[in-house]
Amino acid sequence: MIELKQLTKIFDTGKASLTAVDDVNLSIADGEIFGIIGYSGAGKSTLIRLLNGLEKPSSGSVDINGQVITAIKGAELRKARQKVSMIFQHFNLLWSRTVRENIEFPLEIAGVPKEKRTAKVKELVELVGLDGRENAYPSQLSGGQKQRVGIARALANDPEVLLCDEATSALDPETTDAILDLLVDINKRLGLTIVLITHEMHVIRKICHRVAVMEGGRVVELDDVLSIFQAPKEQITKRFVAQVTETEDSAATIKNLRELYPSGELVKLIFVGEQAEQPILTKLIRHYPVEVNIVQGDISHTQRGAYGTLVLQLKGSKQEISDALLFLEQEKVQTEVMAND
Amino acid sequence: MIESLFPNVDWEKMWEATVETLYMTAMSTLFTFVIGIVLGIILFLTAPKQLWANRIVNWLTGVFVNVFRSIPFIILIILLIPFTSFLIGTIRGPNAALPALIIGAAPFYARLVLIAFQEIDKGVIEAARSMGATTWTIIWKVLLPESKPALISGITVTSIALVGYTAMAGVIGAGGLGTLAFLDGFQRSRPDVVLMATILILIIVFIIQFIGDAVTRKADKR
Repeated sequence: MIELKQLTKIFDTGKASLTAVDDVNLSIADGEIFGIIGYSGAGKSTLIRLLNGLEKPSSGSVDINGQVITAIKGAELRKARQKVSMIFQHFNLLWSRTVRENIEFPLEIAGVPKEKRTAKVKELVELVGLDGRENAYPSQLSGGQKQRVGIARALANDPEVLLCDEATSALDPETTDAILDLLVDINKRLGLTIVLITHEMHVIRKICHRVAVMEGGRVVELDDVLSIFQAPKEQITKRFVAQVTETEDSAATIKNLRELYPSGELVKLIFVGEQAEQPILTKLIRHYPVEVNIVQGDISHTQRGAYGTLVLQLKGSKQEISDALLFLEQEKVQTEVMAND
Repeated sequence: MIESLFPNVDWEKMWEATVETLYMTAMSTLFTFVIGIVLGIILFLTAPKQLWANRIVNWLTGVFVNVFRSIPFIILIILLIPFTSFLIGTIRGPNAALPALIIGAAPFYARLVLIAFQEIDKGVIEAARSMGATTWTIIWKVLLPESKPALISGITVTSIALVGYTAMAGVIGAGGLGTLAFLDGFQRSRPDVVLMATILILIIVFIIQFIGDAVTRKADKR
């Protein structure tokens, strides 16, 4: 259990002072994958560094599994950090050490004897899928492999919490997905709590259970990932959701669709959770005399269930169309008639 | 053939002088390496936002390094005469040259060490901190190993500068090839002695450079 209470961090930059983290209150459950999303400068980097004491707060407290990180220092803090490890955007491996030696580094810090280190490294190398690369230097690895070393290194001292600082932002989309899968796997297998910060909604959608949206140092919205996708409240959250739910040329889409499908009514359906797996469309077509044309569709899977949007062209009389819409409403599908202008 | 090209060269003396030059270079390089790294670590870690951030210590070390780096070596030798005679008991011979050589070269090397440390990715130091490393662990296991190629190429450059310094120290009686070239060569108008001493110094420099380059390459896994 991680608890942040009234956490504030103000940086003094000469004359002006900058409030990087502004009165943040959060509670993260054990075994949860918790995402923090925000644009650069939102304060998420500072926030995550407050969790392992790399930054000291101006006020407020951080409590991890009963230990108040913000109240300890010196040897006690160093000891605590072994249980709250971190992976980084640019991996931050020691280039002078091989894969094996990099993974051994935190074990050396913890004072683990040589034989135990060797056994642990072997286990970790297998866990992250780097068998056979133990003696390579970081410069000989791809980005994805480097992050795997970073993850193995972070897991070396059996931490309770893993902090991910934009861990996939330097990777290509395919590698990103592979690393995210690995994180979910680790979360399930080791029961590790994961706190990650990112600016990519894709990362949140793919692996997080809950998400906090940060803007100007404050958490402006916090909810279950599925709920956030279903009903984003803040403007900034809507923009993040749009990152992954709308197709690339989304701005032009509505207008284009109207031109392509001038007749009938264009309706956008939003499916969440179990609905996404129901044969609602089949029912609609069977029971209502409207003509249904699928214009655009997209379904995505989050850790808490599926989420999808579907744009339909409905043709028929006014009455038929409104009956169909009523049916969809009864099925608790969120519908949105796309403006006819 | 060689005898006719260098008629005035006393080979035994030349060899002795070469050994003295090598001795002075090796000893001063060794001390410069250790002192330079210590000074470099202090300069690096006491800088603002670093682990030992301390304005006063940083400023004092900076002043010390800059002052001794700026004094021309030949003047430094003279300034250090009282210090040398106190420390070594004499101001003549190879050992007497060492204090001036080290005090002249260590600040120069300290700057190179500082630059080498500054080149290290800050994220790597942050990663070590996030693992719970102490500052000593960071020095021994991050700063020094991660800057190894730059530290080695830096000491190579410094060592070569020291060969030149030993020759200068020779002028005031430190011994070595510098003394030989000046006293036996220049002052007695024997250009062949000067030439031979120069050739030997060049060979020493080339060997140092060659070894330095080879070790730097081997240390660099980037």
